[in-house]
This record gives sequence, C-alpha cells and structure tokens, in this order.
Amino acid sequence: MTGLSIWLLFIGAAAGTFALRYSFIYLFGKFDIPEWLQRALRFVPASVLAALVFPALLYPNGTFDFSLNNIHLLAGIGGGLVAWKTKNVLWTIIVGMSLFWALQLL
Amino acid sequence: MKEEFQGFFAGARGALPILPGVVPFALICSVSAIGVGLNPVQAAGMSFVMFAGASQLAILQLLSQGAHWTVMLFSAWIINLRFTMYSAALAPYLKDEPNRRRLPFIYVLSDQAFGVSMAQFSTEMPKYPAMYFYGAAGTIAATWLVSAIVGAALGTLIPPSWGFEFAFPLSFMALMFAAIKDKPAVVAAVVGGGVAVLTKGFPYNLGLILAAILGIVAGMLAENYAERKAAS
Repeated sequence: MTGLSIWLLFIGAAAGTFALRYSFIYLFGKFDIPEWLQRALRFVPASVLAALVFPALLYPNGTFDFSLNNIHLLAGIGGGLVAWKTKNVLWTIIVGMSLFWALQLL
Repeated sequence: MKEEFQGFFAGARGALPILPGVVPFALICSVSAIGVGLNPVQAAGMSFVMFAGASQLAILQLLSQGAHWTVMLFSAWIINLRFTMYSAALAPYLKDEPNRRRLPFIYVLSDQAFGVSMAQFSTEMPKYPAMYFYGAAGTIAATWLVSAIVGAALGTLIPPSWGFEFAFPLSFMALMFAAIKDKPAVVAAVVGGGVAVLTKGFPYNLGLILAAILGIVAGMLAENYAERKAAS
C-alpha cells in the first residue's frame, strides 16, 4: 500500500470507530439499543479475536501445518496458557516470544 | 466550576491504577506497526487517528498478509462494535453535556476509560459523572499517545529478523481470554476460530468476516440453549 492509501485506511477505520463510539450517546432518548443486538455484541470480541488467532497459528507460512514442526503453534499454545491464566498482553508476549525464539534455536 | 475540575481530577486519579497496562499495549501497537513496514510517523499516527489498539493490531496483521483494504476496514469496524455497548451505558451521563465538550472525550473512549468509570459509578456515584469520565478518558488518552510515540521510536531499533509479527496472535489471545467470561462466549470463540481456519483460503481474507459473524451467531444460539435448559 502507498503512503496515502495507508492514511486513508486509518481515517476510514477511525471514522467508523467514532460513529460506533458516538452511536448510542447520540441516539439517547431517540432510540433504545434492541435486546437482540445487545446480546450479539457481547460475543463480538471472543469471536473476532479467535478468528484472528487460530489461522495465524495453524497457517504459519501460508500453508496448513498441524505438527510438532510448527513452532508458531507450539509457542502459541505456551503463550495461550499464559494468556488464559493472566489475561495480560505483555506477559503473554514475553512468554510466547521467548518460547518462539527458543524453539527456533532448537 | 471548581467542583467540576475536582470531578475531572477524581477521574484522572481513578485511571492511575490502569495505566501500567496502557503503556505496554500502546508500545506494542507502534512497535508492531514498524514491524510490518510502516514508518515511525505512520506508526504513531495510527494511534492518534484511530485510538483503538485491538483494531489497529488487526489491521497490521492483515496488512502483513496482503489482505484487501476493504477487509482491513471491516475487520477494524467489527472489532470496535463493542464501543456501541459502552456508548449505550455512558449515554445517560453525557446526555446534558455540550457537544464541544463531550465529543473529544467520546473520540478517545477506550475499554479502560469505560471500565474505570463504570466501576466508580456502581460503587459511589460522583457528583459530576461526566467530568469523572472525562478525567479518566483524558488521562488514559494522554498516556496512550505518549507511549505510542515512544514505541514508534523504539520500533525502529528492533530488527525484522526477530519475527515480531508473532506478537499479533499472542496479544489477541490475551484479549480473547479476557473477553471469554462464560460458556456461550467459549462457543463463540471456538466457532469463530474454527470457521476462520476452514475458510483461510478464501480471497482477500474474507473468511475472517464470515468467521466473526458465525461465531457471534453460535454464541447467541448457545446462550439461548443454556437459558432454555435452565428454565426447564
């Protein structure tokens, strides 16, 4: 992507995000958030984030690899345990990247 | 007026305990942006323009995979759909505020600012809840932006051969587990993740959008099922 299109992408993402942030503050008193939508929104983070994680671990170089040779998967499982226990981004990265580099050296 | 300022500072103080979590996340966003080939101005600028870390990381991961720009845009919006929940919850406290005062803070509304404000409102309601929210959101925003600039400077020092892109799925995992609070959310994650793996070959990473939607539907169905089972 060129420099200009990168900035347009950021601005487009930001404009939509601002609309989401302002949405029900703007609509207050005019329109209530429907119950079904409230229920759906609750599942957005779990669903989207899992959809970003699983392919990244199982297709490390663009091809499917479910084996002990896949160090992205192995380090990802280790990092995943830390993520599960701590829910902390920094610790997950520290442990996961350390495992990743250690496995690369093996 | 003086009391309003005190309300603002109370919010700023309320945000202090959460700042140690804000700093590394902002650093990671900038370092990752450098890692996928952006220049330092773009890397820090991304945080200034978007102000939404998880969606920034999603755009960066997709950028490194050569995804189509529409997929990057929609993925960012989908991840940020959660802000509508925060918007609905904060609306009663901001309804009488003038736009010139509330819009800048709505622009920088974050998970953390929402969490800090709502925790305070549910224990002891401040006299000026809007000011409390402004104080918390403003403090977190300032910390986020300074850290983003520092990260853009640091990022240029990290050689690409370190494979730092792997930090994307790692950070998403931490955010994912923080978002999984019950069994229906586990179902949403398993279906979202599973469909994304099966549809990996779809053009322009379109499988990601499909996976996100099916995961959300699966979570809702699982919740309905759990409620019917509990009722019977």
